Amino acid sequence: MSQAKVPAWVNVALIPVLNILLAFLVSGLVILAIGENPIEAAGYLIYGAFGYDEGMGYTLYYATNLIFTGLAVSVAFKGGLFNIGGEGQAYIGGLGVGLICLSLDHTMPFYVIAPLAVIGAAVFGAAWGYIPAYLQARRGSHIVITTIMFNFIASSLMVYLIVNWLKQDGRMAPNSRTFEENAWLPYLHEVFSPLGIEIGDSPLNLSFIWALLCCVFVWGLVWHTRWGYQLRTLGTNPTAARYAGIDTAKVTIWAMLISGGLAGFVGLNEIMGVNHNLLLNFTAGYGFAGIAVALMGRNNPIGIILAAILFGALYQGGAELAFEIPTITPEIVVVIQGLVILFSGALEHMFKDRIEGFFIRRAVA
Amino acid sequence: MPYAIELRDISKRFGAVQANKDICLQVPAGTIHGIIGENGAGKSTLMSIIYGFYEADTGHIEVDGKRVDIRSSQDAINAGIGMVHQHFMLVENFSVLENVILGAEGGAVLKNGIGAARVELQRLAHEYSLDIDVDAIVEELPVGLQQRVEILKALYRGARILILDEPTGVLTPQEADHLFRILKALKEQGVTVLLITHKLREIMASTDNVSVMRQGEMVAHRETVNTSKEDLAELMVGKKVRLTVDKDEAQPSDVLLSAKNLSQFDSQGVKRLKDVSLELRAGEILGIAGVSGNGQSELLSVLSGITPMDEGEIHFAGQVINAKAPKNAAQMRDLKMAHVPEDRHKMGLVTGFEAYEAAVLGYHNSPVYNGKILMNRKAMLDECNDRMAAWDVRPPNPHLKTANFSGGNQQKIVIAREVEQNPEVLLIGQPTRGVDIGAIENIHEQIVKLRDSGKAILLVSVELDEIMALSDRIIVMFDGAVVGELDAKDANERTLGLMMANAFNEEEGVSA
Repeated sequence: MSQAKVPAWVNVALIPVLNILLAFLVSGLVILAIGENPIEAAGYLIYGAFGYDEGMGYTLYYATNLIFTGLAVSVAFKGGLFNIGGEGQAYIGGLGVGLICLSLDHTMPFYVIAPLAVIGAAVFGAAWGYIPAYLQARRGSHIVITTIMFNFIASSLMVYLIVNWLKQDGRMAPNSRTFEENAWLPYLHEVFSPLGIEIGDSPLNLSFIWALLCCVFVWGLVWHTRWGYQLRTLGTNPTAARYAGIDTAKVTIWAMLISGGLAGFVGLNEIMGVNHNLLLNFTAGYGFAGIAVALMGRNNPIGIILAAILFGALYQGGAELAFEIPTITPEIVVVIQGLVILFSGALEHMFKDRIEGFFIRRAVA
Repeated sequence: MPYAIELRDISKRFGAVQANKDICLQVPAGTIHGIIGENGAGKSTLMSIIYGFYEADTGHIEVDGKRVDIRSSQDAINAGIGMVHQHFMLVENFSVLENVILGAEGGAVLKNGIGAARVELQRLAHEYSLDIDVDAIVEELPVGLQQRVEILKALYRGARILILDEPTGVLTPQEADHLFRILKALKEQGVTVLLITHKLREIMASTDNVSVMRQGEMVAHRETVNTSKEDLAELMVGKKVRLTVDKDEAQPSDVLLSAKNLSQFDSQGVKRLKDVSLELRAGEILGIAGVSGNGQSELLSVLSGITPMDEGEIHFAGQVINAKAPKNAAQMRDLKMAHVPEDRHKMGLVTGFEAYEAAVLGYHNSPVYNGKILMNRKAMLDECNDRMAAWDVRPPNPHLKTANFSGGNQQKIVIAREVEQNPEVLLIGQPTRGVDIGAIENIHEQIVKLRDSGKAILLVSVELDEIMALSDRIIVMFDGAVVGELDAKDANERTLGLMMANAFNEEEGVSA
C-alpha cells in the first residue's frame, strides 16, 4: 500500500495556527456580541502581551510556570499516564522551596540556597507524585482519580501548615515571613543590567532560564535515553512493553516522580522568584493550564515553550485588555482562553483529515 | 435472468490509496460466489461498500437487475443484503432470540415482537436446517453456533444475498465443513452467498464461481470446477508461488527446553493453561495446533516470561523457572530465548515508533545500542539498514513509522529482530498471519534455516496447512490442555481436526 507523505510543517505549524485563528475568530464574535470592537480588543491584547518590555516580561513570567507544568504533564503522558495532579505537586514543591529558604536564609549564601531549593522543589513535588504513582503501579488505583484527590489533599495540607506552623506570630495574614534577600532568585532585569542590557522591570526571574534547561533535559531524557525509550513504549503500547520485559510498574513510578518534580519547580518561580514568602494558592491553576499547554504543544518541549508563551500572553494581554476596556471583564478573558483550549485541544483534529487529504491529493497529482 | 447482485465499475479511494478500482462483478442468483485475494487486496472495502459502510466514489450496484442506492447498512438490509462479519456483532449476554431481533424489535414493547420473532425463527431454522435453541445465552454457545446466530439474524431481516467475511477463521475444519453444508442448503433455497476468504481450500470446496482480487482490482473470474489452487494462488499474487515447504528430515538432538505441568489462571481465576508439559529439542520444529483461543497464547506468554506461571516449572539454559522463581521477558531474552508474538500490532511492535526504534524492542538495554547516558542512534540506524537489506524489507527506510509498512514487512522486521539475536530457542506465533503469500515462502524458509542451524523452534499457528508444512512434531491443544501429540508424518487434516475439537478419542476409540 502506498503511503503519501504530508509535509511536516502542515502538522507542526499550519494546523495549530489555523486552530488558534479560529479560536480568535469565535472570540471576536463574543466580543462583538457584548458590543465592543474585536479589532481594538485584539490590539490591546497583543500590545499588552508583547508590545513593551514589562508586558513581555510578565508574559514570560507566566510562561515559566506553564513550561514547568506543561513538561510535567507531557512526561507522564509519554508514559500513558494522565497526571491531573500538577497543581498539587506544584503546591507541595513550593513548600519544599519555602522550607529550604526559611531555614537557611539567615545562615547560607545564595549559591548554597539556590541548588538546595531546586532539589527541595523537585523532591517535594516528586514525593507528591509518588503516592498516586505507587497506587497506580502496585495497587491498580486509577491515576486520574488519585491525582485529583491529591490536589485537594495538598490544598488542605498547605492551609494547615501555614496557619498552624509557618504563619508569622501576631499577624492575621496566612503566609510565612519574607525571606532574606539572599534567598531571592534574581530578576532577569537585575541580571541583565550589569551587562549593559536594560529591560523593563517585571517578575521574570532566573527560573525562566531553568525552565528552558528543563526543556532540554526532557527532550534528551524522553527521546534519547533507554529510559525514555521504555517510557514511550509503555505509553504507546503497554502490551509490547511487557513483551519487551520492561518493568512497567517501575517506569510508571519514575515517570510520575519526574513529572511531579518538574511541576514542583513552579515553586521556584513563585516562592523564591516573586513572592519571597510561603503563601496560600500561589499555584493559581497553573497545574491545570499545564494540561492544555502539553496538549497544544503536542507533548514536545519546543511545542510546550510556544504554547506556554501563547497562554502566558493570554494571561498578561488579557489582564491588560480587561483594564483598558472595562466591559470586557476578566471572565470574558477566561472565555477567550477557554476557546483557545477548545479549538487547539479538544477540536484539534477538526481540520486535520481535510487538510492532510488536500496535501496528499496534491502530492499524488 | 438478472443477476442477484451486480457491481458496475466500483471505485473507492482513501487518500492516496486506491482501495478499489473499476470493480465489476456479476453474481447469478442462487450460487455461492467466492472472492479471494491477499490482505490489502481490497476485499473488505468492497464488501463494506456493498453493505453500506462506505460509499463508492464512482460506479453503482444493481440488485435483481434494479439499480439500488446503498448509503447505510439499513439500505443494504432493505435491498435484501445480509452480512456475517469476521468478528461477530453479537451481544454476548443476550439470548439468541434477543440478538436476532436487535434493531428490528417491532415496537416499543418487546412482548409482541419477541412472540412473532420466535415463530419466524422456528420457521427459518426449519427451512434452512439451522437448528438452534433460541433461548440460549449467546456467550454460552460454541463459536460455530454463534456464527449460526449471525446467519439467522441476516435471514430474519429478509436477506436474499448473504455476505460472509472470513467465516472460518475461528472454526475447526469440521465446523467449517458444517458451515459449508449450511451454505449449500441456503443456496438450494435460492439464497445467494458471497464468501470472502483467503483460504484456497475453502474456495475449492464450496463455491460455484470465484473472483480474484489483487491490489484493488478484480483480476479474474473463474468457474470453480475449471480452476485449481495453484492457478488461484498465482492469480492472487501475480506470479507463480509454491505452496509447500522444502525441508530435510529433522535431526533432533539435545532437549533445550522442557516444561512440566505448566498451569496458569487468568484474572477471573479461570484456568487457561492446564498441566501442559512439553520438550523442545535442538534442530526441531514443534508445532502447536489448535483452534484459536485454546491456550496457545497463554502457553507462549508463560514460556516467554510475559506472564508468570501459577503452577509447574520450566527448565531452560540450566535454570529452573517456577512460580516462586519467575523470570520476566527480559530475563528470558538474556537466556537466549527469542519470541515472535502472535499479534505484531498489539505486542511485537510499537506502531508509532520509527522502524529503527521498533527494531530494538526488547533488546533496547543491550550495550550495542547504548552509550554511557544516551542511546546510540547511529548504531541502531546502521544495524537497521543492514537488516532491512538482508531481509529485503520494503521500503528500506529505517525512519518510516512502523505502522506504514505492509503486514509482511512488519513481520520481517519482527522476525529479523528476534532471529538475528542468534537465540537458542525461538517461540513463534502465527508467523504468517496477515502476510502476503509472496512473503510467506520467505518466512518459512527462514524458520527452516534456523532449525537446520541446530536451534529449537516452537511454532503456534491456527493455519493447519502451515503447521503440517513446517512442523517435525505436532502437539494439539484444546481448552488449555495438550490433547494429543503426533509425528508430523502421521498427521493429516482430518486427524488434527478431530483432535482440535477433542473428538478424536470418542470417534475413533483410539488413545491419542
